Amino acid sequence: MLSSFLRRLATAIPSLIGVIIVTFLLTRVLPGDTAAYFAGPAATPEAIEEIRAKLGLDKSLPEQFVDYVTGLVSGDLGTSLTTGQPVINDIVDRLPASAELTLFGLVIAIAVAVPLGILAAVRQGSWVDHLCRIVATAGVSLPVFFTGLLLVYVFYYLLGWAPAPLGRLDVFAFPPDPITGFLLIDTLLVGDWETFGSALAQLAVPAATLAIFALAPITRITRASMLSVLSSEFVRTARASGLSPLKVIVTYAFRNAMLPVITTLGMVFSFLLGANVLVEKVFAWPGIGSYAVEALIASDYAPVQGFVLAMAIMYVVLNLLIDLLYGVIDPRVRIEG
Amino acid sequence: MSAVPLLEVKDLTVEFSTRRGIVQAVEDVNVTVPKGEIVGIVGESGSGKSVTSYAVMRILDRVGRVARGTITYTSLDLVGASEPEMRDLRGREMSMIFQNPRLALNPIRKVGKQLEDVLLQHAQADARDVKRKAIGLLEQVRIARPEERYHAYPFELSGGMCQRIVIALALACKPQLLIADEPTTGLDVTTQKAVMDLVVDLVRARGMSAILITHDLGLAAAYCDKVVVMEKGRVVETAASIDIFQAPQAAYTRKLMRATPRPGITLHDLLPEETPAPTPKAPHQVGEPLLTVENLVKEYKRQAPPPTLKGLFGKKPEPQPPFRAVDGISFTVNKGESVGLVGESGCGKSTTSTIVMRLIDPSGGRILFDGQDIGAVPARAFALSPLRKRIQMVFQDPTESLNPRYTVSRAIADPLLRMGGFTGGARLRDKIAELATMVGLPLELLDRFPHQLSGGQKARVGIARAIALNPDLVILDEPTAALDVSVQAVVLNLLQHLKETLGMSYLFVSHDLHVVRLLCDRVIVMRQGAIVEEGTAEQVLEAPKADYTRELISAIPHPPV
Repeated sequence: MLSSFLRRLATAIPSLIGVIIVTFLLTRVLPGDTAAYFAGPAATPEAIEEIRAKLGLDKSLPEQFVDYVTGLVSGDLGTSLTTGQPVINDIVDRLPASAELTLFGLVIAIAVAVPLGILAAVRQGSWVDHLCRIVATAGVSLPVFFTGLLLVYVFYYLLGWAPAPLGRLDVFAFPPDPITGFLLIDTLLVGDWETFGSALAQLAVPAATLAIFALAPITRITRASMLSVLSSEFVRTARASGLSPLKVIVTYAFRNAMLPVITTLGMVFSFLLGANVLVEKVFAWPGIGSYAVEALIASDYAPVQGFVLAMAIMYVVLNLLIDLLYGVIDPRVRIEG
Repeated sequence: MSAVPLLEVKDLTVEFSTRRGIVQAVEDVNVTVPKGEIVGIVGESGSGKSVTSYAVMRILDRVGRVARGTITYTSLDLVGASEPEMRDLRGREMSMIFQNPRLALNPIRKVGKQLEDVLLQHAQADARDVKRKAIGLLEQVRIARPEERYHAYPFELSGGMCQRIVIALALACKPQLLIADEPTTGLDVTTQKAVMDLVVDLVRARGMSAILITHDLGLAAAYCDKVVVMEKGRVVETAASIDIFQAPQAAYTRKLMRATPRPGITLHDLLPEETPAPTPKAPHQVGEPLLTVENLVKEYKRQAPPPTLKGLFGKKPEPQPPFRAVDGISFTVNKGESVGLVGESGCGKSTTSTIVMRLIDPSGGRILFDGQDIGAVPARAFALSPLRKRIQMVFQDPTESLNPRYTVSRAIADPLLRMGGFTGGARLRDKIAELATMVGLPLELLDRFPHQLSGGQKARVGIARAIALNPDLVILDEPTAALDVSVQAVVLNLLQHLKETLGMSYLFVSHDLHVVRLLCDRVIVMRQGAIVEEGTAEQVLEAPKADYTRELISAIPHPPV
């Protein structure tokens, strides 16, 4: 098990190297001159040159690349020019915020979408099936910023159920000492129920926004996958043996139908993580997405490279987890490991 | 025969609502299963034999429903029974064995657990003794090392073994009625015999009744007391097995019986009685060797055992010798000759034919085709060789081997465009029409897509495509395995006719000795990658020398005629 895990991990190394090279080159070919941007509009050409030399941008591309990789190896992702902080610190600060939001949104989406998809497949053509279709269509066709604003309008402005969409915590709440960086978990660990409630209240609406978006693919795949498994021969055998409907649907059909669902979950999670920039903007969420966008606008290379690298690593880890999960569910995969 | 039959199906009509309206899959079917008897339902695909049994079990698809008729089990009305009542009957009173055992089992659940599910559902065991009972069931279906196999997943077991598990599932709760739907299709003849013997032994020992659904008249005759013959959703004949074979009443039964390959007949005997006899041809000339295979070897690397921590640091274990799928075989195919390559699955016959076809590379040995060593040309480069068009193939599954997006004429045109020097236009159209006529394919079918054709028509397209370039050698890989017997009879006669007119040689790969005997001059019997016997078809079938050949022949179920 361990060796197959390590072997699987090793296969990710070439793609990570590729990501490093591509992001480095991409940030260099982007329009915009970092030195000019930071020197300000009134700076003299000499001042700009001076800043350029200080940033090491006057060196040739290969030299810059060597510098960058040397830094990477020692864990140095460079310094953000906009925040003045080492990029690694910024990411460590902000990544948990994004991850918590995305994961929570995904959990809500799974909790709604999987049962809905199963029901839609079992009662094909019934009202559940139509509801499933409507939810899925609405979910994909409404842009996230729109559903986000709509939810804020309804739940904050009209109903007043949700707190102001201003970040992860109420202004008056004390953030707990970061242990995992996930506010919900950290507050639970120290038993701070009040802050937990506040964090949860702040999280609910943005997470629901993401969940609505993620519902569609998960429901559709669950339904399609359940339908094909329900018409398979071993389900017929199970029915012909007189097994109860619950046993047939859960133990026989759903466990087999889970495999494509899990693959989809991995994809949904990774694109949620990258694409929740808009949600972070709408809810003033101090996450990694809004951070990267601001850096990109400022032609601030280091945070952008750091962001892409962090995303790539998360993607690799996530896929690894999915592969392992696959092995747990499907014994046929385990053998090939 | 006891007074009250165990199962009585009366005037059963099953309808399916499809996009093109309501289709009657089964019409006014009457079947009676007395206690303790085995009833065979025989028919070709589309005869409604499986639908009848699904209606009895009430496991029809969502779109299917019983429109008319009654199904009575002892005194219970199965058509009107509620779903929970049916669920209680299924598995406990009547159970079913399905075709394709590998698909009939949950692929990601241990087989022992699947047995336990059924036992627990019908309260045949409780949590304490369920495992012991599941292992006991595995023992009853004669599975060796049952404690170990309890933990196996279906993919770790052979087809025959999976079918034993399915039988164990079906018999777990000691039902009164067993329905076996094509239980041995896709299994080797020797496995088929073992599985059928097991089912019949268990059924007889427990005094159960059974319905055996099959397309194989020989199988039904060998194991059933009574046979019901179905055609297009209707019962055409019901009689005791002995009577039906000695004096078949219905024309359809006679046609089926004629089409079943059996000893002592010729190819033409397979066709319906009224078919005119072919004009006798001069005995065909067998010329010089066309294909010579010398010492052919194909090795596959064995799957490495999972590396352990000890293995990483300690001494490397000795690598296992590679698996020899084909183990140094030699044979020749002469010009104008058909040679049959026979054996059970895994014997290396398909590997051999694929190597000769030059789709994969051999590990050793020589393949001489018309004096040239084609084994030396890598499989990848062979497509460009001028010899490519002289060796063609007809594949096993007529549906899978046609591009679903090509029309019939495009499929036949494919080799002509690639290698025949045709570029389209009237010349190509004429050639396609000529080929279609040769294989007996009506010209109005040329613009259809494969899914609009019947199995036999698709087989004809595959044959037309293979002979399009006038090859010298055609490799036939079980070309009739997926076809009904009556269609098989026609296709076999067509192949024979084409060979006589075009003077090709055939390498005919099959598991069915009777079919091989009808078409082939010589037969090669393979087992575990080696040739166990070789000789003329008559020699091998009538006076087999090798024990294995005798075993193969005796495993084929014979109609009692």
